[in-house]
Amino acid sequence: MAKLLQVENLQTQFLTSAGVVRAVDGVSYDVDEGETVALVGESGCGKSVSALSIMRLVAEPAGRIVGGRILFQGRDLLGLSEEEMRDVRGRDIAMVFQEPMTSLNPVLTIGRQLTEGLEIHLGMQIEAARARAVELLGMVGIPDPARRLTQYPHQFSGGMRQRMMVAMALACNPKLILADEPTTALDVTIQAQILELMQDLSRRLGVAMLIITHNLGVVARYADRVNVMYAGRVIERGTAGEIYANPRHPYTLGLLRSVPRLDEPIRAKLDPIEGQPPDLTRLPPGCAFAPRCAYRVDRCAEVPALTAVGAPGHLSACWEAERLAKEVAA
Amino acid sequence: MAVTKETLETLTNTEPARPRWLQAAIDFTRKRPLGALGAVIILLMTLIAVTAHWLAPYDALATDYGAMLASPSSQHWLGTDAYGRDVMSRIIYGSQTALIVGLGASLIGGTLGALIGVASAYFGGRIDLIVERFMDVLISFPLIILALAVVAILGTGLTNVMLAIAIPMIPRCARVVRSSALAVREMPYVDAARAAGFRDSRIVLRHMLPNVMAPYLIMVTAFLGQAILLEASLSFLGLGVQEPVAAWGLMLRGAAVEFAETAPWMAIFPGVAISLAVFGFNLFGDSLRDALDPRLRTQ
Repeated sequence: MAKLLQVENLQTQFLTSAGVVRAVDGVSYDVDEGETVALVGESGCGKSVSALSIMRLVAEPAGRIVGGRILFQGRDLLGLSEEEMRDVRGRDIAMVFQEPMTSLNPVLTIGRQLTEGLEIHLGMQIEAARARAVELLGMVGIPDPARRLTQYPHQFSGGMRQRMMVAMALACNPKLILADEPTTALDVTIQAQILELMQDLSRRLGVAMLIITHNLGVVARYADRVNVMYAGRVIERGTAGEIYANPRHPYTLGLLRSVPRLDEPIRAKLDPIEGQPPDLTRLPPGCAFAPRCAYRVDRCAEVPALTAVGAPGHLSACWEAERLAKEVAA
Repeated sequence: MAVTKETLETLTNTEPARPRWLQAAIDFTRKRPLGALGAVIILLMTLIAVTAHWLAPYDALATDYGAMLASPSSQHWLGTDAYGRDVMSRIIYGSQTALIVGLGASLIGGTLGALIGVASAYFGGRIDLIVERFMDVLISFPLIILALAVVAILGTGLTNVMLAIAIPMIPRCARVVRSSALAVREMPYVDAARAAGFRDSRIVLRHMLPNVMAPYLIMVTAFLGQAILLEASLSFLGLGVQEPVAAWGLMLRGAAVEFAETAPWMAIFPGVAISLAVFGFNLFGDSLRDALDPRLRTQ
């Protein structure tokens, strides 16, 4: 399938009084048309910043994209004018935010917020836009959509607001939806509903999704492919099944082991990763995970490149990927 | 025990149904009687201004040289001035000038200030810094001095006086609105609007401005009283509206000073009108501020 989005060697930095924060440090990944790709990692690993970089919404002047390319349908988004970029935002690439409670404007009606993008990006008349808004609300499973359009966000529950966010994202038939922690602020039961809804709609409408999350459960169920990020870099990539069954990076392995499982004895201890995530202003030379790594060797002073391991399409940035595989299997 | 139809009705119909605006007005009066008093004064003043034509016993501009400096009597309830013009009629017509200048100046100044404040907060960085420092310069002049300077440039007359009073208001409103807009700027829905591909101007006008309506309304009502006072001051100094237009500040000037001992009614009654109007607008403005402040809402 054709590549929809290709992020190549993206580097985004923030200038702070403490120094330069390398939030995204040479990240590459891609998304095929209609595919669901996950970016996984702990807080502060640069996954949200990489999504904001795609939209070119990194807060300037502190934040800057200093290098790399972001090819969307073959066009480099970093080379577009602000005017051209505005046309891409909302129409070709839409975003679903983490906080459904604060991502909707409290003083505008639901209907206004849905129709605004349609009028601006697709040049729809008010009547047509309203009809489309009713259709969209129905599509995301909000009952009685015509009446709901006249309501304000405070009259919606958290789950309904996130449905509304999904409807807003889908409004202009985008090719790609960036979902930044779309379910983190929701109840567990609602989380599943929203994810099912997003997956169903993305399949039916052929929209590709980039899901950014720290929730490995979300990844396992809904992503086709997974990129694991650590300290501003992608350290492992593969299909969701591969990553779960055969993790080839010590960090991924650590993440998987620190998740409580239902199929293990209740009193089994969790196995957290030792140490703290590194300070992004003072990254260690070489592999950033090395100071916390149980498989550390002398070569870790050099940065390992993402190299093919095992199954096709499975890549790991670890010198000791082979040894890890053997020991885990044993 | 069976629930009878009557008990159900008394349970569900404890309060007679009232229109929502009336209920809101009653609640406001109950919680803030002083504010309601202010509102009554404002309403009365507006009513007088609108019906001045029918209400005034005499033409505000008609001179009567047979009754110059007449003391209050059954013919001229509040006396006459040095040209024999009826003071009560001039006060009644003067309310029009006061309201037009007060409302006009507050709305123009408040709206421009709010726009500048929100835009400054939205763009931030260097733009914010430059705009704010410029506002600092403007705000460092006392209201009356800046208004005097503007009149000196534009000249006198109703429109120019309105502008002269509106301009000193701009930085004051801009500063207050900006501080609210800074908080709005950080809300995810502003980022969401940017991610939806909207223009900066649309985000400022349609998404951020409606979210700072509360401080905007408070500033406008709080400034109304000041604007009326400022108009009176400018007119008193001869830099506001010009004779023979009926204006309260104008009535305190000239002959009123000259004959202050022999015909005090010429100065007292317009003075009372100014004080009452300013008092009313300030009371209402203060109460509105309290009512719109979410932190005080529970009290």
